[in-house]
Amino acid sequence: MSEMVLLGDEAVALGAVHAGLTAAYAYPGTPSTEITEYLIRYQRKHGRPIAQWCANEKTAYEEALGVSFAGRRALVSMKHVGLNVAADPFMNSALISINGGLVVAVADDPGMHSSQNEQDSRLFADFARVICLEPSSHQQAYDMTREAFDLSERFQIPIMIRLVTRLAHSRGNVTAGEPRAENPVAKSATPASWILLPANARRQWRALLDRQPEMRRYTASCPHNTVTGAGSPAEFGVITTGLARNYYIENLEDLGIAPPHLHVGAYPFPADAIRAFVGGLRRVLVLEEGYPYLERALRGIVPPAVDIQGRESGHVPPDGELNPDIVRTSLGLEARRGLMIEGLTLPSRPPQLCAGCPHGDSFHAMTAALAGFPNAVVTSDIGCYTLGALPPYSAIQSCVCMGASVGMAKGAAEAGLHPVVAVIGDSTFLHSGVTPLLDAITEDTPMTLLILDNKTVGMTGGQPTIRPSSQLEGLVRGLGIPADHLHVLEAHPRHDAHNTEVLRREFEHRGLSVVIAVRECLETIKRGKQEQAAATA
Amino acid sequence: MKFDIIVAGVGGQGVLSVSAIIASSAMHEGLSVKQSEVHGMSQRGGEVQANLRLSDKPIASDLIPRGMASLVLSMEPLESLRYLPYLSDTGTVLTSTDAVTNFASYPEMEGLLAQIRALPHAILIDAERLARQAGSARATNMVMVGAASHLLPVKLETIEHFVRTLFAAKGTKVVETNLKALAAGREAAASR
Ligand code: SF4
Repeated sequence: MSEMVLLGDEAVALGAVHAGLTAAYAYPGTPSTEITEYLIRYQRKHGRPIAQWCANEKTAYEEALGVSFAGRRALVSMKHVGLNVAADPFMNSALISINGGLVVAVADDPGMHSSQNEQDSRLFADFARVICLEPSSHQQAYDMTREAFDLSERFQIPIMIRLVTRLAHSRGNVTAGEPRAENPVAKSATPASWILLPANARRQWRALLDRQPEMRRYTASCPHNTVTGAGSPAEFGVITTGLARNYYIENLEDLGIAPPHLHVGAYPFPADAIRAFVGGLRRVLVLEEGYPYLERALRGIVPPAVDIQGRESGHVPPDGELNPDIVRTSLGLEARRGLMIEGLTLPSRPPQLCAGCPHGDSFHAMTAALAGFPNAVVTSDIGCYTLGALPPYSAIQSCVCMGASVGMAKGAAEAGLHPVVAVIGDSTFLHSGVTPLLDAITEDTPMTLLILDNKTVGMTGGQPTIRPSSQLEGLVRGLGIPADHLHVLEAHPRHDAHNTEVLRREFEHRGLSVVIAVRECLETIKRGKQEQAAATA
Repeated sequence: MKFDIIVAGVGGQGVLSVSAIIASSAMHEGLSVKQSEVHGMSQRGGEVQANLRLSDKPIASDLIPRGMASLVLSMEPLESLRYLPYLSDTGTVLTSTDAVTNFASYPEMEGLLAQIRALPHAILIDAERLARQAGSARATNMVMVGAASHLLPVKLETIEHFVRTLFAAKGTKVVETNLKALAAGREAAASR
């Protein structure tokens, strides 16, 4: 059919559409955001499939489960740390007899371009004992996503597509196939298999374990796991996964004779094929993006005489993203040199809040209000405002995971610090800040929650917050915050003195208070104007 | 034929549009293309770069190996130096001289430009001034595409076609401005 150029994320999205997708759910997170953005654009243009942003990854996953229960195909996508949030439904859904195909697209971020950690979602798939497909090209991202829906229905399990930043955010050619129609609505024929009461759950867990050999038979024979040059009398072989294959091929010419090569793109990894492959080799280099997952597994299944090299053995760096140069030196080739200027060191250019960003004004007022409190603590969350950690603001002291600022503030206050301020964005608050606030209300913890309401999910490119910010105040009041300790401010320099005054009063208060500082993100305003202009042009 | 480009700049400078126009043009002319971009946090005023690989054969890696790039196309002088290790011996540095000095330790300007001029193949363009003359400072990135057009393995007409496509939704005036900026950049680089 048609050939086009897509982002890796978009290839997954289109693959899902062509697999007969009924609905897709997600919370924005770099580098997975563009999957759902593509689907929302597609829905606007064609009416189908359903594509929606959700409060968080857990709710997104559960909504996708409901679609599957109804017999139709669902996609849920997230970044790697988002899978932690959705871990509960993900792990349990492996025990349910999936009805309509359910595909979980997870985009890992090795190198932490835009994340707090570098976890490897292949381990999560293993943990849940489900199949994981890992594309190494845009075409595979499209094809594997399509196939994943079929596999999900065949094995009655969720299937994971594991992406990494470099594929998610690069463009390449994709040839699309014939679109398939959506499944008809057909409620799960075995509703008991969806009720994970202990008696059912034990049966379902056993059934999942019983299906493992069948899954392994599939990955042993599927075309995603390939061997080239086997049977040669070589002593050295290479095993690649995901994008590592591309970096390996990039260097192949300079190796002279190509060593035998096994590529793994589908998990559970094909243990027998690996054993056969490693058979006569004395040394194997394992190149994989993320954790030394396959490398570790290898140590358990091949004879100890084989020298296994990879991230864990120190032959490949244990952290960070792979690239052609790292793979090159790991292969023993001489490093390439580019142009060098002796003694040239360049200052790095850290990201920063846009000039005039409302968060900057909030930080200014907050810092002024905290003057004279040497023990003050400001916990923060994840969003553009996390950049308040850097100069010139140096305004925040923590960033761990979504919603953590609220819970951490409660703990720090109860441990004896005062004043304690939790900073969180509107979208992040709704994602997972509401529940720790409930805890704080129950204890009337002496802390201040400062919600920076820029009316959008700014960091990921301005997706809509799940509820409009006009509703935030009512929501917080409804949770039980007394009216005299709930304030809504405008985050603007012209209100600086007033905002500082209000914040100082609440920081002095030995009870719970919530301050909502509102002003729209500049980028969202700009885009709104552009869209308006385009609509009227 | 293999032509690797690093498009460099600062978040908000239009690095991705530059990269997209060249990528679309190359694809249109039947070349294989891989284009790796930066999204998310680093776009907030930080360093931004796109790896753009053009070839008449299939391309394996999304990332350009060290020492292989034919061109570093930079929207900003300091950023042009950041990617030198990726440039081949015969590669060109083409940079706009418009500095984005959004942090305290930005190097002294004359010294910085002198360092770039001393490179084996360097072209410096006063791109923002040319863009203003063409009608809008926002067309600075198209001046840079024009300046690069002499080196790129694609035809000028193809680039012009995709400039028209990219800005079509914004009206004929914006299209005209950007085409003018493209021509101005091409002319400025022709004399170097
Ligand atoms: S994108 Fe919006 S919220 Fe983020 S720094 Fe810029 S103005 Fe502030």
